[in-house]
Amino acid sequence: MPRFWKSVDHLEGTPAFERFVEDEFPSRSEEWLKPVNRREVLRLMSASFALAGLTACTRQPTETIVPYVRQPEQFTPGKSLFFATAMPMSGYAKGVLVESHLGRPTKIEGNPQHPMSMGATDVFAQASLLGLYDPDRSHTVIYNGQISAWVKFLSAMALIREQHIADRGRGLRILSEPVSSPALIWQLSELQKQFPEMRWNVYDPTELGERATAFGQPVEVLYDLSKADVIVSLDADFLASGPASVRHAREFTDRRRLASASDGMNRLYVVEPSPSSTGGCADHRIAMRAVDIPGFASALSQAVSGGGAPSNLPAGADRALSAIARDLQAHRGRSLVIAGHHMPASVQAAAHAINVALGNVGQTVSYTQPVRPGGSGTIESLWSLVNEMKAGNVQTLLILGGNPVFDAPSDMGFRDALKNIKNSARLGLYQDETSEYSHWHVPAAHYLESWSDARAVDGTTSLIQPLIEPLYDGHTAHEFLASLTDRPDRSSYDILREYWETRITGDFEAQWRTALHDGVVANQVKPSTVTVTPPQIPAANRPESGLELVFRPDPSIWDGRFANNAWLQELPRPLTKLTWDNAALMSPRTAQRLGLKNDDVVELHYRERSIAAPVWVVPGHADDSVLVHFGYGRRKGGQIATGTGFDAYAFRTSDQPWGGLGLEIKKTGRRYALASTQDHHSMEGRPIVRTAAIEEFHKDPQFAIHEEPPPPPALTLYPEFQRTTYAWGMAIDHNACVGCNACVVACQAENNIPVVGKKEVLNAREMHWIRIDRYFEGNVSQPRIYYQPMLCQHCEKAPCEVVCPVAATVHSDEGLNEMVYNRCVGTRYCSNNCPYKVRRFNFFLYSDWYSKSLYGMRNPDVTVRSRGVMEKCTYCVQRIQEVKIEADKEGRLANDGEFQTACEQVCPGKAIVFGNINDPNSRVSKIKAQPRNYGVLADLNTRPRTTYLARVTNPNPELGGEQS
Amino acid sequence: MAQLFHPRSNTIARASIALAVLLLVGLVWGVTEINLSSYMTRVEMPRDQPVPFSHKHHVSGLGLDCRYCHTSVETSAFAGMPPTETCITCHSQIWSDSPMLEPVRASFRENQSIHWTRVHDLPGFVYFNHSIHINKGIGCQTCHGRVDLMPLVWKVNSLHMGWCLDCHRNPERFIRPKSAVFQMDYQPPPDQESLGKKLVAEYKVRKLEDCYTCHR
Repeated sequence: MPRFWKSVDHLEGTPAFERFVEDEFPSRSEEWLKPVNRREVLRLMSASFALAGLTACTRQPTETIVPYVRQPEQFTPGKSLFFATAMPMSGYAKGVLVESHLGRPTKIEGNPQHPMSMGATDVFAQASLLGLYDPDRSHTVIYNGQISAWVKFLSAMALIREQHIADRGRGLRILSEPVSSPALIWQLSELQKQFPEMRWNVYDPTELGERATAFGQPVEVLYDLSKADVIVSLDADFLASGPASVRHAREFTDRRRLASASDGMNRLYVVEPSPSSTGGCADHRIAMRAVDIPGFASALSQAVSGGGAPSNLPAGADRALSAIARDLQAHRGRSLVIAGHHMPASVQAAAHAINVALGNVGQTVSYTQPVRPGGSGTIESLWSLVNEMKAGNVQTLLILGGNPVFDAPSDMGFRDALKNIKNSARLGLYQDETSEYSHWHVPAAHYLESWSDARAVDGTTSLIQPLIEPLYDGHTAHEFLASLTDRPDRSSYDILREYWETRITGDFEAQWRTALHDGVVANQVKPSTVTVTPPQIPAANRPESGLELVFRPDPSIWDGRFANNAWLQELPRPLTKLTWDNAALMSPRTAQRLGLKNDDVVELHYRERSIAAPVWVVPGHADDSVLVHFGYGRRKGGQIATGTGFDAYAFRTSDQPWGGLGLEIKKTGRRYALASTQDHHSMEGRPIVRTAAIEEFHKDPQFAIHEEPPPPPALTLYPEFQRTTYAWGMAIDHNACVGCNACVVACQAENNIPVVGKKEVLNAREMHWIRIDRYFEGNVSQPRIYYQPMLCQHCEKAPCEVVCPVAATVHSDEGLNEMVYNRCVGTRYCSNNCPYKVRRFNFFLYSDWYSKSLYGMRNPDVTVRSRGVMEKCTYCVQRIQEVKIEADKEGRLANDGEFQTACEQVCPGKAIVFGNINDPNSRVSKIKAQPRNYGVLADLNTRPRTTYLARVTNPNPELGGEQS
Repeated sequence: MAQLFHPRSNTIARASIALAVLLLVGLVWGVTEINLSSYMTRVEMPRDQPVPFSHKHHVSGLGLDCRYCHTSVETSAFAGMPPTETCITCHSQIWSDSPMLEPVRASFRENQSIHWTRVHDLPGFVYFNHSIHINKGIGCQTCHGRVDLMPLVWKVNSLHMGWCLDCHRNPERFIRPKSAVFQMDYQPPPDQESLGKKLVAEYKVRKLEDCYTCHR
């Protein structure tokens, strides 16, 4: 049995898995397997030879150069500029820097000056670039299904305004996503003055205000992981989702870098039903049904405060609980308990009580005034709105963003209530389900086209500035709301300036420019700290046994708002490696008990509703728990969004919005092919991931090398590689990778990597240049989880180079393994001979050459590949060349860190470091000199330039090496 | 039984084999010639432009420096094409009603760019950077020829990869002092070989032959 495995099939060595791995070309499609007779072969061969010969005989088509009429200041064609702005998501700002080529935004980077970014971003910010250029975005104002115009909308709103001035806004309601924008809040309060009886509701399906309920008021909970030695997560995916995940990942991994052999590290316990990115980083992961977590939390709270023995716990959790409690008690003021924001109020309260008991409040956790005055909205507030709508008390409803017809709890009947409204207007990026039932649909401007402002979770305020004029007839929420005022034609720029002119003291123009330049508004008052009173913990009844259903937002397409984003659809989910679909996730034991396996379609019955869903078995999932992700099953909202997955919102009810007990599963006997990449590119049973507990690391820091020493350097027939000025290399720290996938999307955006679609993923033809391999170790119900970013290793003795018949892949002086597209004839020998399985072949014309709106998105410094050529990671050679040329012009060498590869720059955990290994003082050289450094498959004597730092875990000695 | 083939068939067979070989060689030669011909490369073929802008008049006649219009040639990959505003700076004063310049005035009036025909067009998978060549002592004239003598611009070199490599392999044969980069009538001195070697060392010119230098 393999020690590390990728899937249950792999662990058990099923014939299907063996076949898949043994197959020399798993990526060839079925159409190639048809028997072809001799005549057909000859016919095809001669035709292709004749046609291939002719392709060289075309005259270059005439191109034009189109200069500006008046060239804007500081625009140098051929050079990119960076502008600071912020991406709002659920109201919270993420500071970003956007690269612009001649006015076209082409890449999003983190803003190093923004405290929630620190130079990195998450997947959503990376993929939002494709959202801007999405050809499916709504283009025009729609009235009752007919194309209309913004001016017509304004005149209609003028009439509505007259009417509500008369009734003091009694029938006027606004429903929005959570809002932190100070200017928008100001607009809302101005409107409130004009229409005193108007009401504003907030709704976000991923956040339903459990914290506000627990603390009696909406608060922001800020964690300082840099001070925490022991962290307990109660189903909180704090490293990969949420408004501060990027900062959390940095602070968390900074405590796990083990730069020297004597360093210590923090310890993470995760209690969760289904493995999350954060769960994969845990030193101890306890799989537990979500309904059992409140009991666990309150028992932990009792145990920490020295109360009675834990009770009400599922079998096996007792021992872990007392060990965790003792560990927490030993780290007073240096520990932290985090409750997932979808955990019920009792868990929030218990987490708070533990933090108070341990003196962590003010140290590792603090509470501040909310930066979103409307909070995240609650189920109750949405109910009151829907009830009013049903009762006919609402004449006008303005919906700012969100998609409530799709994502409101199914028992509310939001859609039917919306039909009751006399005037409904909706601002949205797509013409989606909500637009369908609204009278007016106004296309929203993407944040890269907008003037606005937003605040981060810690209160940092950023101005949002447009990178480009709206591509379509897009309008911002500011303009949408201004339509209700006596100055309806004000632009969002005017509104923003008007608001900030009175808020910035001193020289306004100078400070405005500085704020736009830096991406943060200086000297803003941070939200004040609040003291929350330790609430009473409601006694948790021991939940019954039985199957539970759990709802969570999808790790990639979130609540469905990114469903039309093909980058995110095709992004393998961190743990399941599923693409293009959601599934009913369950543990191997539960699946076995129910007689289910992957791809079986089951009927899920829950609270008198039922739906058909395919099954996906996840090692490490809690038994008797089935988790489904929201966001799929869209009926409207773009070509990519519609027709994938099933709609989990259909199950969601307002009394149990995150799921509960009472699920029944019926096997249908049907099968549905799910496209998971987990077994693709398998590197069977070799010591690829190397790991040790911290005690072993202290005893033998070089355990990774000792596990399998590389062969002696002299053992080669090839000439030794001559190092010149630069020798590029990369180091990846397993301890700092949180498996968030940001690098995969960043690489896709930087290098014009196409998506291939579900059918091609099933054929193992996904094109990502970097992938996160996820390995399991140990038993199938409580495995340890490891992430390994895998990309071209740029071997000094590259096996791919010697087999290319046309020298399309060769080695550069600087140690780059070059792939020359214009030479490649597509034999795929290189891919065959690559032990790391990192080469990707364009079997078809995967790049979209026909959607004009996507032209602007592409990085002009990277070739857009056609079909029939091989491609792979280039170490972002375009960035290397740019900096090298600049340095060369100044007669110096490129400085360490002067540029970063796309994956390195985006990495929240700073797990990836790239640089010149000829320079002993470069960051990468220093990391490679660390004892944990090893080369994957170095025993093949490929001399990879990319090396890895072995994973070290910090298990609690009390719990031994086990997971729970 | 009568003979199936007449003795003459042997000759015919030999001749057809020879002919076939000749035909094949001819075909290869023909295709190569066509590909290298100026029909395909457009070398020495002046290209029509929306406005018959004469470099000859502006450069050798008026003495404008290359960088007056191609502003980013020293700093960017792209040499830069002048915005209409640059033309109008002078042509609002002189020749301000010349019918030949109507497209320029129309462009400025209507805020619509002029669409110039690209003369030096590299394939999409080639990434050329002007600034590094200028900064390493490669003159404009080395690649573009005597633009100062061209009424309408034409290409003087094929821009084929072999032509690029001639210089990338032996930069000392083409390099000139940085002070002479923009000089159009520069003549290499008789001791180019030794001057070249000196300049290559002085400007730290490397022989970049890696594919990723230009392709990525």
